[in-house]
Amino acid sequence: MIKFTIFIFVFALVTLSFPLNAKETIVITGSSTIAPTLLDLAKLYEAKNKGVRIDVQTGGSSRGVADVRKDLAKIGMVSRALKADEKDLHAFTFATDGIAIIVHKTNSVSELTKEQIVDIYKGSITNWKVLGGADQKIVVVNKAEGRSTLELFIGFFGLKNSQIKADIVIGDNEQGIKTVSTNKNSIGYVSIGTAEYNASVGVPLKLLNFQGKSAKVENIKNGTYPLTRELNLITKLKPSGSIEGFIKFVLSPESTHVIKDHFFVPAY
Amino acid sequence: MYQLTKKNKDFILESVLTINGLFSAIAVGLIFIFVTRESLPAIHLKGWAFFIDKSWYPLEGQFNVLPMIAGTIFVSLGALILASPLGLFSAIFISFYAHGSLAWPFRRVVELYAGLPSVIFGFWGLMKLVPMLNEIRPPGQSLLAGILILALMIFPIITLNLMANFRPSSKKYYRVALSLGMRKSTYIWSILLPSLKQQIVGAMILALGRAMGETMAVLMVCGNIVKMPTSIFDPIRTLTANIALEMAYAMNEHRSALFFTGLILFLLIFVLISVADFWRRHESWKE
Amino acid sequence: MERMTKFLAWLSAGILLLILVLMVQDIFVNSLRHFDFSFLSQDPLSGGRKGGIFPIIISTLLILGVCMIVIVPMGLGTALFLSEYSDEHPKVVHIVRKALEILSGVPSIVFGLFGNALFCVFLGFGFSIWSGGLTLAIMSMPLFIRTVEEGIRTIPKNYRLVPLSLGLGRTTTIRSIIIPYALPFVIVGGVLSIGRSLAETAALIFTSGYVDRMPESLSDSGRALSIHIYDLTMNVPGGDTNAYKTAMVLIVLIFITNGLFTIVLKTWYKKRIIL
Repeated sequence: MIKFTIFIFVFALVTLSFPLNAKETIVITGSSTIAPTLLDLAKLYEAKNKGVRIDVQTGGSSRGVADVRKDLAKIGMVSRALKADEKDLHAFTFATDGIAIIVHKTNSVSELTKEQIVDIYKGSITNWKVLGGADQKIVVVNKAEGRSTLELFIGFFGLKNSQIKADIVIGDNEQGIKTVSTNKNSIGYVSIGTAEYNASVGVPLKLLNFQGKSAKVENIKNGTYPLTRELNLITKLKPSGSIEGFIKFVLSPESTHVIKDHFFVPAY
Repeated sequence: MYQLTKKNKDFILESVLTINGLFSAIAVGLIFIFVTRESLPAIHLKGWAFFIDKSWYPLEGQFNVLPMIAGTIFVSLGALILASPLGLFSAIFISFYAHGSLAWPFRRVVELYAGLPSVIFGFWGLMKLVPMLNEIRPPGQSLLAGILILALMIFPIITLNLMANFRPSSKKYYRVALSLGMRKSTYIWSILLPSLKQQIVGAMILALGRAMGETMAVLMVCGNIVKMPTSIFDPIRTLTANIALEMAYAMNEHRSALFFTGLILFLLIFVLISVADFWRRHESWKE
Repeated sequence: MERMTKFLAWLSAGILLLILVLMVQDIFVNSLRHFDFSFLSQDPLSGGRKGGIFPIIISTLLILGVCMIVIVPMGLGTALFLSEYSDEHPKVVHIVRKALEILSGVPSIVFGLFGNALFCVFLGFGFSIWSGGLTLAIMSMPLFIRTVEEGIRTIPKNYRLVPLSLGLGRTTTIRSIIIPYALPFVIVGGVLSIGRSLAETAALIFTSGYVDRMPESLSDSGRALSIHIYDLTMNVPGGDTNAYKTAMVLIVLIFITNGLFTIVLKTWYKKRIIL
């Protein structure tokens, strides 16, 4: 009896340890903004190409870069433009995303200038009254270190993270949405697609106009909204074989509906 | 011959079990070694900067962890202060005041509390509790929010531990006490609880350890600002939240610094257990 | 005093019940409104916003399976060692106890870091069900061992003395008397560890990973239920409804495991009275 149980255990372990049919596995790591989109694209691609398996892991853009460099991943996801010291990598821009400045729906302020945002985040404006809103203390929501949304934001406004006087630090986009939508006095910034979707399904949010442009996916498409970023796939070597196949697939019109489904603007 | 094989068998079993037992010790050693190994580069590079830097801005090379140590200690101690009476009284409720048909379902309630994933506590805290606190004093995500949520998460440890201890001692003396005309409360406060002093403190230590290690719920309700809190309405960041927030995005010395955060957490727990151990020995020596 | 105690006892019970009802009701109301059993059998789509959680349930079960395969023999062994050999090896037993105490206090996120460093990177398992299950096994080991050991300690002394006086060896005693006697506790310990593991997020996020697809082998990455809830609430726009549903599935699972625990204990107590 005992021997039989042990036998079953060992047998199950051995069989489960190795996949039945060895497939080519492509590991993709990087930006958590891109990861859900790529998960879906990977599934679509796998359905069409039976011999390939694509594993998507999250971890942030810089992680994507590092993993690709170290060959831990074949493809990296980077939700920003490549930096000067990353130009040796091959980048493929497949979509664009913007950053929306968001406040609670009940906030009467609906437009801010670049200078005002800088002042709010630096802590020189601390009350909504100054900006024409209610007499309430501003709750400043910032992103955690290492996120590319933060890098883009502070880069655009010429801030250093240590200058920002935040009241709340958040991780991913949805945490920002939930924080701002449950706090009447808060201001935060998240991916436009995410914000627009949430506002459209009734989450009490308001996307502020910025520099006279309303934060809409529309305005990213026509290039008038200033706060945008590219979503990239990167590889170390010039892609070939099934890696090339997958990247081509992501860049093809076949994938646009998935990208739109995740509220980004497809590049093709 | 038979005797010999029997002895051999016993010897083999003994060795196997001993080695097997040592695995736990090895595991602790491995955890310590691995976490230390990964944090060495940061310690090497930064050293005391971990305690004297201006604040925590890893991308600008600043790595002060003191506010986070304080945050962890404040939030878990606060939660313990709240959870202890809650745990104690709910244990008393189940064991003495709930009628038979009520005790069992309420026990399941406590067990469900113990089993709920911290993500669920955090989600509820973020969506319901934080907005309420924000009405009292912004930003809502604060030390207080963390304390309240953590208290709910750790009180079952105290309740369940105490109940397990109530049972054996109760049976012996409870009836005697009642037949002597003692009131329930007199029995509880002057006989039962004093006799369980060690177990109560033991359960509290366990709960405190759990509170210090809690991650996801705290991350969602505490605001995550790296700053010494000056009131319970201030946001804080705990050591655990720091790791969970930044680990996935960290590279090189930043990653190593986060492992160092983990090492501090490990050492804090170690100190806690040692203090508890010392206290226990001191107590039993007194007796 | 009597009134005060009674009042406080009822008060804390009332508060706790109220909060739990608020918390769970929120989840149940929001998920039952859209619940459909196909949720349990479908693949997640659109980052989990649409579709179901079938592969995630399977991954969770596989992770728990790996955890159990490791924990049952090793935990039982350690419990036997602690209860049967404390006279011969007092020093070793002391060290092991200390280690278990520390282990039970180590925060789950530190287990996550450790699991990532040891299993994923050092041993090269990568993000995989193996890494997740092994990390969980080490994490829930103390709970399992404590439960089993306490059970073994309730064995009446003459159960041990009789076989010895009959000239049976220790191995035989342990194998045919102590282990069968401890079996219900092994099950209880297993159930408790499963409960703890089901609720775990922090230790798994860096070890078993994020892939929300059906794992083809144990060396694939697989997403656990609690990580799915976390990702849906924190990272996927519009993921809340499915997060609620997943949370409900998880709560029901936990409730069932807890129930199992009570049933096992009860039947065992009954059996023992007959014994």
